[in-house]
Amino acid sequence: MTITPEQAREMVARAVRRIVPDADVGSVPDRADLRRTFELDSLDFLSFVELLVKESGVRLDEDDYPDLATVAGCADLLARRSA
Amino acid sequence: MADFTMPSLGADMDAGTLVEWLVREGDTVHRGDPMAVVDTDKSAIEVESFDDGVVERFLVEPGARVAVGTTLASLAPLDDAPTKVPAARSPGAATTPAAGPPARHGHHRRPHTPRAAPPPLRHHAAELGVDLTTLAGSGPDGTVTRADVDRAARASAPSPLPLQRRAEPGAATRPRPRRASPYARRLAAELGVDLASVTEVGGDGAVHAAQVLGAASTAVAPVPPPPPAATSPARVEPPPKPRGTGASRTTIAALMSRAKREIPHYYVATTVDLGPLTEWLRRSNRERGVSERILPAAALLKATALTARDHPELNGFWVDRAFVPGDDVHLGVAVHVRGGALVAPAIHRTADLTLPEVMAALRDLVARARSGRLRRAELADPTLTVTDLGDQGVEEVIGVIYPPQVALLGIGRVVERPWAMDGLIGVRPTVRLTLSGDHRATDGAAGARFLNTLEERLQHPEAL
Repeated sequence: MTITPEQAREMVARAVRRIVPDADVGSVPDRADLRRTFELDSLDFLSFVELLVKESGVRLDEDDYPDLATVAGCADLLARRSA
Repeated sequence: MADFTMPSLGADMDAGTLVEWLVREGDTVHRGDPMAVVDTDKSAIEVESFDDGVVERFLVEPGARVAVGTTLASLAPLDDAPTKVPAARSPGAATTPAAGPPARHGHHRRPHTPRAAPPPLRHHAAELGVDLTTLAGSGPDGTVTRADVDRAARASAPSPLPLQRRAEPGAATRPRPRRASPYARRLAAELGVDLASVTEVGGDGAVHAAQVLGAASTAVAPVPPPPPAATSPARVEPPPKPRGTGASRTTIAALMSRAKREIPHYYVATTVDLGPLTEWLRRSNRERGVSERILPAAALLKATALTARDHPELNGFWVDRAFVPGDDVHLGVAVHVRGGALVAPAIHRTADLTLPEVMAALRDLVARARSGRLRRAELADPTLTVTDLGDQGVEEVIGVIYPPQVALLGIGRVVERPWAMDGLIGVRPTVRLTLSGDHRATDGAAGARFLNTLEERLQHPEAL
C-alpha cells in the first residue's frame, strides 16, 4: 500500500516527537533540515530512522540518509518505496 | 553485615532523595545488584547493593530526603552461618596472616605484609591492586609468589556485566568483610578519602586503588561526615519529577576550574583519513537491520579503547604527584543532555567489547543519561574520556581533561577534504583527533604515539 505524503508527514512527526517530546513538528518548513532544527545527533537520527522503518515497513539504508534530511525528503522517499 | 545506606554520590552531596526501591523486603540481593534509585540535586542514579544479603526492612520511604550515611534498609546475612569469617581454606593460608581489620573511619592502618614478600613483589601487587595479606602463597613455606599475585589480580578483575557474578572458586571470590588493599589505604590517606565512605569494592570485595580513585574523582571537596543519628526523622518531600541526569553548572564549573587550575594541559592533534572506516561500516551496515547499525562514533570509541590499552600511560589518574594506571580501559563518554547539562559516564572495559556491543552500550548509556538514569559506578570510574562533538558540527575539539584523569580525546566532525595519497589528490572523509594530555603525567611525545596508534587502527577497521 502506498504511503501518501500526508501519512508520511504524520510518521515523521510522530518519530521526531518520540525523540524530542516537545518538538513542534507542524511548524517546521518542508525543506528544513530535521537534524539541525531538532538538534538530532547521529544516535538520535539512527533512532529516528528506526522509528520510520518500524512505522512504514519500508527498508531504509544508510545510503538513503541524505534523502531523509527533510520532511519533504522523507515523504517522497517513503511514498516512492512503498509504491 | 552492612546495612544499605544513602551513599555520597559527589562531593557537594550531603543529602539525597530516595526515589524508588528496586527490590522488595525479603528479596535476596547480591553485591552489585541495583537496590534503589536516589535523586541527588543533579541527577537520578541507580545505587547498587554493596553486600550480599536479604533485605530485611525498609527504613526510609520513597520521597524522603535523608542525609548521606542514613540507613535506608537493613540487610540480614544470607545464611545463619557467618559469612565474614576468613577461615583458613588451604595449607598455604595457614602460614599467611588473615585479612587485616576492616577499614575504619579516619584511621590509616598499615596491614601486615607476609614476611617473605620482597619489595618488587609488593610493588607488583600494589600496581595490580592485590592485597598481599589475603593471598595464600604457593611458594616455599607458603610465601607468596608473583604467579599468586597475578592469579589474584585476574580473579579480582571486575566482570564485564554489572550483575554477572563471578563463579571461579578461590579466596578472592568468597564473601569477606570489607577490606582494603595496602595501596588503596595509602592512596586513601594521601587523598583524604575516608575508606569507610568508599562505597565501591573490587571483584573480591576489597577496596582497591581504583575504587579509592573513583571516590576521589567524585569528591571535589571533602566528603561531608555522616549524620550522628541514622534514625533522625526524615523530611518527606514529594518524589521529584523524572528528569535527565547530568551535572549542574555549579558542578561542571567546580570540576573544570580545578582542571584548568591544576592540570598543565598539552595538546597534540592530527587529521585522519576515515575512508577505510566509513566504507567498511557502509558495507557491513547494509547487512544489518536498522537497529543493529553501527555509527562511526562507536567504532572510534572502540579504536580509542584499544589504543588506550596500547598506551597505558594515558589511561589512568594523576593522584598526589604520581600517575596511577587504570585497572582496565573504562572509556568515559561525554554526553550532552538536553537542557544544557553534561555528564561523562563510563562504558566499562570498552576494549573487551565487540563493536556491536560498544554500539549497544553507547546507545544505552546516552539514552539513560538523557532520560533515564545512570548507575553510580558509571559515573565514578572512567579512566579516559572521549568527547565527540562531530554532531555539533565542529571540526575540532580541544578539550579539558576530567580530573583526576590524565588525558582526553576530542573528536570532530567527519569532513570531506582533499587528501593527498600515493602522489594523487582525492576527496576523502577525514576526522580531526585532538589529544589533551596532562603534562605532569606524560609529554607530548606520548600523546603523539597515542594518536599514531589510533590512526593506524582506524586504517584497519575490520580488526575493531
